Amino acid sequence: MAVIPLERKPLTLAERTYLPQILQGLKTTMQHLVAPAVTLEYPEQRPEIPTGYRGVPTLVKDPNGREKCVSCQLCEFVCPPKAIRITPGEISVDSPNAHVEKAPKEFDIDMLRCIYCGMCQEVCPEEAIWLQSNYSMTGLSREEMVNNKARLYELGGTLPDNHHKWDKKKAAEEHGNAH
Amino acid sequence: MFDFLISILTSPLAITIYKGVAAILVIFPIAGVCSMAERKVAAWVQDRPGPNRAIVPWVAWIPFLGRFLQRLGVFHVMADGGKMLFKEDSTPGHVNKFYFIAAPLLAMIPALTTVSVVPFGTYFDEAGKAIPLILANLDVGLLAVFAISSLGVYSLILAGWASNSKYPFLGSVRASAQLISYELSMTISVLPVFLWINAPGTTGTLGLARVVEFQSGIWHGLSSASWGGVWFGFLMPISAFIFLVCLFAETNRQPFDTIESEADLVGSFHTEYGAFKWGLFFVAEYSHMIVGSGIFMLLFFGGWNPLPWLPLGSVVGWMHQITGWAFTIHPLFVGILSIAIFLGKVLAMIFFFMAIRWTVPRFRYDQVMRIGWRVLLPLSIANLLVYAIAIAFIQK
Ligand code: SF4
Ligand code: SF4
Repeated sequence: MAVIPLERKPLTLAERTYLPQILQGLKTTMQHLVAPAVTLEYPEQRPEIPTGYRGVPTLVKDPNGREKCVSCQLCEFVCPPKAIRITPGEISVDSPNAHVEKAPKEFDIDMLRCIYCGMCQEVCPEEAIWLQSNYSMTGLSREEMVNNKARLYELGGTLPDNHHKWDKKKAAEEHGNAH
Repeated sequence: MFDFLISILTSPLAITIYKGVAAILVIFPIAGVCSMAERKVAAWVQDRPGPNRAIVPWVAWIPFLGRFLQRLGVFHVMADGGKMLFKEDSTPGHVNKFYFIAAPLLAMIPALTTVSVVPFGTYFDEAGKAIPLILANLDVGLLAVFAISSLGVYSLILAGWASNSKYPFLGSVRASAQLISYELSMTISVLPVFLWINAPGTTGTLGLARVVEFQSGIWHGLSSASWGGVWFGFLMPISAFIFLVCLFAETNRQPFDTIESEADLVGSFHTEYGAFKWGLFFVAEYSHMIVGSGIFMLLFFGGWNPLPWLPLGSVVGWMHQITGWAFTIHPLFVGILSIAIFLGKVLAMIFFFMAIRWTVPRFRYDQVMRIGWRVLLPLSIANLLVYAIAIAFIQK
């Protein structure tokens, strides 16, 4: 590669006095003085949340109202700051979802530990845990900052599900095609 | 008994005390308002709305106006001041208590004393002679300002030393070096002005009111008589410029605030201070700024004269001719008008301070020293020589 020697020009007298630059700068300052504010006044004005935003992690239900988490505890395992604490439980045999077999009995996410990394969402085989658009978690005590299972479902709501994998599995079992 | 009381209350001493208290009562709120304006201007320059939440309940009931004042952030002055007063005023354990507490008090003394020799307005007596509004119309005028305001550096040195911690100490060392080097150029830069007004054969004075009087001439056509109307800022632009730069350095404003540069010195001499003691430093700094701007306006931009060749006297005369109202030549009205014009100029100057703050990045300490000793000082001496020779020829 050819080397192009650049000559460094000596500063002119006007440049060395630094004054034209200051005047130029003052002009910019004045322009910004009258320019409209670019900030949001937060509690009244809320930012627009883009899709794919990683907010507070939540648990979701499928369109039939079944809780999707099967308490496999992968998210608990992968969570870097160990924010998730799961107590696995069984689904009673007389429930319509008995074929899913397991569901969490307790599911706590400590939002004082969570770093919003999204690993739990990525690792979940059931697409049951989602980081949604809620960005503002506040509380007055440490206990308040731990989201329990009920709160997680309340925050999460229902998300569309294209697979209904447990229904398909049940149907296949009933038609003698179990795998 | 009653007469005795009245004679005490109207004695010259008492009147001087009233004036002094009045000046302090004006300077303090202006310093507070300036700090608020500083925050607001900073916000606007940075494209944000700035402080706009605090409001007093019964003002909130006024439609529009209440909302407007709230958005302007005027009530944050009270909020800030209240916070400063009621915060815990802690004194760190490792400091020299006596000097630590004395330093902020000492900072206030020169800041408020200099006000006394700065004229801030004028009125005309029956003979049409201009009487300046001033607390102490001393002949040494500007010399007194220079002498007293340089005492301000002692409080910084004391604060830095008494804090018994390295950042404040470094900051106060810088402060003393910077203030001394810029004081020289500052003093030399105003000499041409006083050479000019102290023409041979007149009684000499260093009073600031006299300087303004000299800039109150009217237009006499293209003759040498018209010199009187030109403000010294136009006659001696280099002097004005050097004075302005030194003023920035003396008041520790950006770009010369290496003394308290947060980046390398935490907060310099006020690192260990908080609450009210810190507030005193803060007010002292703003008072210096206000007095400095005032002196700059008096020396170089006509004081209370609205425009070059348009002195206050002519304006008042015209107002009286056009409207015919007697009160327009009443001393009280003229006095208030002159104070308003002067204050407006000072505030414009303070706004300029703020605009510069958000324009020019802070100089390094060695750059500050280089500008002071190797640029401004030779420039001011050369300037003095040129003007001395020119004035000698003109006033021969
Ligand atoms: S949320 Fe997903 S990964 Fe976590 S336990 Fe439930 S099913 Fe497993
Ligand atoms: S977002 Fe990250 S830190 Fe938060 S719960 Fe999920 S895995 Fe843990």
